[in-house]
Amino acid sequence: MWDYTPTVKEHFLNPRNVGDIPDADAVGEVGSLACGDALKLYLKLDDNKDKIVDAKFQTFGCASAIASSSALTEMVKGKTLDEALAISNQDIAEFLGGLPEEKMHCSVMGQEALEVAIAKYRGHEVKPHDHDHDHGPAYPDQEGTIVCKCFGITDVFLKKVIETNKLTTAEQVTHFTKAGGGCGGCIPRIKELIAEVMGNQQPEEPRKRPEKLSNMKKMQMIQEVLERDIRPLLWADGGDLELIDIDGPKVQVAFRKACAGCASSGYTSRVVEQKLRDLVAEDIVVEEVTA
Amino acid sequence: MKEIYLDNNATTKVDEAVFEEMRPYFCELYGNPSSMHFFGGQVQQKVDEARRRVAALLGASPDEIIFTACGTESDNAAIRSALEVFPEKRHVITSRVEHPAVLTQCRNLTQKGYRVSEIGVDSEGRLDMEELKAAVDDDTAIVTLMYANNETGVIFPIEEIAAIVKAKGALFHTDAVQAVGKVPINLAASKIDMLSLSGHKLHAPKGIGVLYLRRGTPFRPFLVGGHQEKSRRAGTENAAAIIALGKACELAGQSMTIENTQVKALRDRLQSELMARIPHARINGGAAERLPNTLNIAFEFVEGEAILLLLNELGICASSGSACTSGSLEPSHVLRAMGVPFTCAHGSIRFSLSRYTTDAEIDTVIRELPPIIAHLRQMSPFGREFLKEQ
Repeated sequence: MWDYTPTVKEHFLNPRNVGDIPDADAVGEVGSLACGDALKLYLKLDDNKDKIVDAKFQTFGCASAIASSSALTEMVKGKTLDEALAISNQDIAEFLGGLPEEKMHCSVMGQEALEVAIAKYRGHEVKPHDHDHDHGPAYPDQEGTIVCKCFGITDVFLKKVIETNKLTTAEQVTHFTKAGGGCGGCIPRIKELIAEVMGNQQPEEPRKRPEKLSNMKKMQMIQEVLERDIRPLLWADGGDLELIDIDGPKVQVAFRKACAGCASSGYTSRVVEQKLRDLVAEDIVVEEVTA
Repeated sequence: MKEIYLDNNATTKVDEAVFEEMRPYFCELYGNPSSMHFFGGQVQQKVDEARRRVAALLGASPDEIIFTACGTESDNAAIRSALEVFPEKRHVITSRVEHPAVLTQCRNLTQKGYRVSEIGVDSEGRLDMEELKAAVDDDTAIVTLMYANNETGVIFPIEEIAAIVKAKGALFHTDAVQAVGKVPINLAASKIDMLSLSGHKLHAPKGIGVLYLRRGTPFRPFLVGGHQEKSRRAGTENAAAIIALGKACELAGQSMTIENTQVKALRDRLQSELMARIPHARINGGAAERLPNTLNIAFEFVEGEAILLLLNELGICASSGSACTSGSLEPSHVLRAMGVPFTCAHGSIRFSLSRYTTDAEIDTVIRELPPIIAHLRQMSPFGREFLKEQ
């Protein structure tokens, strides 16, 4: 059974603002029957067409999808359109006292519907759902390429969710967006996207191996390279490593999570070694220990 | 609030008489059945009695009964054994609607170089017999197909299947976890080589299973060590649970008629009343031969987890093949294999009854479920469109 917070349960059992607004200024629709969840959001603006004075929703989906929609309508009321756009999926989840990670996609759906509604109101072109599984024209003006064919999710949308939620594994991306949760064929591409987003977050000035290093400085640099360059790559595959010891040129690491006992960990050690040789010192030898 | 338990395909209540039967074997009669002394020996006698009781329910002989820890272990042991017995054969046949206890193992085998055929089903969940006939060949080590489906209750024509498989010289295993105790099984007049059952599905405790192994069937044990179970399953016997299972099987034999009259009548009434009161509903597997206790019913435009949680508020326990319940993102593999349309796969609910289910409990569900579906449809954008059409 899901461990839903009392707030999630309360909003599921007594959802606020169910229904429609016949003269709504903005309407946002995401999801489909095939996806297993869908949300239609109605917004009514004040006479200045700036502030949201009423919001209603209709949701097809599980308890957390209904609770997320209910929470969203409560959150946007009284906000200007720009203020409403600043609401992130984490804000929705926080409002509910948290969601199980597997259900985070429900909060993403809420945020998405809001974005679509406002974009449409502002006259942006929003592509109609042309696919049974279509989900998430979150960046209505940006086309993007479909990554997950099962759920019709684009790279543009995925990168946004990866970035705002600081996701590091393909599994997390599935929990937040559903992408990869069907046939699983797009998981390698999702991993690439994670790596791309991480790369963007750490703009790389070309780094060179220093000429000479004190022992202290060298140890510090090894740690830095492992943290900045190596571990995020392993996270993308659900793995991790831990620095055990540095003894002269010898660097001992232990592989964790998916990397532990992985048949290709020998290969991974060599990759780590090469990176350290490139960036720290040419004589570094990486040893895998099983501690 | 007293719960209304309609999730008996997930697990069942331990029968009071079963619990009484096992109770002395924890604190008083705790001897090891393998011991030389009388203190252990008296436990051995009760284990032997349990073996006879299980055998009697299945129409088997006691030496064909191997006690295991669960249905999953029995399934794993059967499949592994067949592959060891026929190392030159590299083909395994199963179905697309098997329980994960079988399906996961079979899919893992593809990574070890085995060819695995997953036989499909029709829209009512019935096995494609032509596909099966075409798939069995000289390279097939084992065919493993469930007796009855846990989600829909659909029963496969197991004897007909066994005849096809045996004609090709492969071993035939059936996961009968959902069938034992609900439909009569007579292994003496059967071609089944191996059969799995699980205690907690028939009012015995969790943690006890059986692998039936036809006399003369070649076998390699999954667990090796001591000589227990004639060296076919090493490890000290879970004596109390074995004794409980024996009693449960005795009771199951006695209540087989109840399952197929009283329980079936309750299920049929639940089905027809819900269908009469709720438009746009369908029975998954309704046209196929089914277990007498199982009802898998789909409601269009709504999602199963939401239905379950609203039922839960009223103390009604059921389960769902919906994606959101399990944390996976797609509806159950069984419903997908049947080609159940997405419009209702997400809104599928399973009610599974037992001999403890009462008329009053069924009345409650018949009364409470229609407003729940109406409430969720009112909230659903697709449901509202449908209501407008009405």
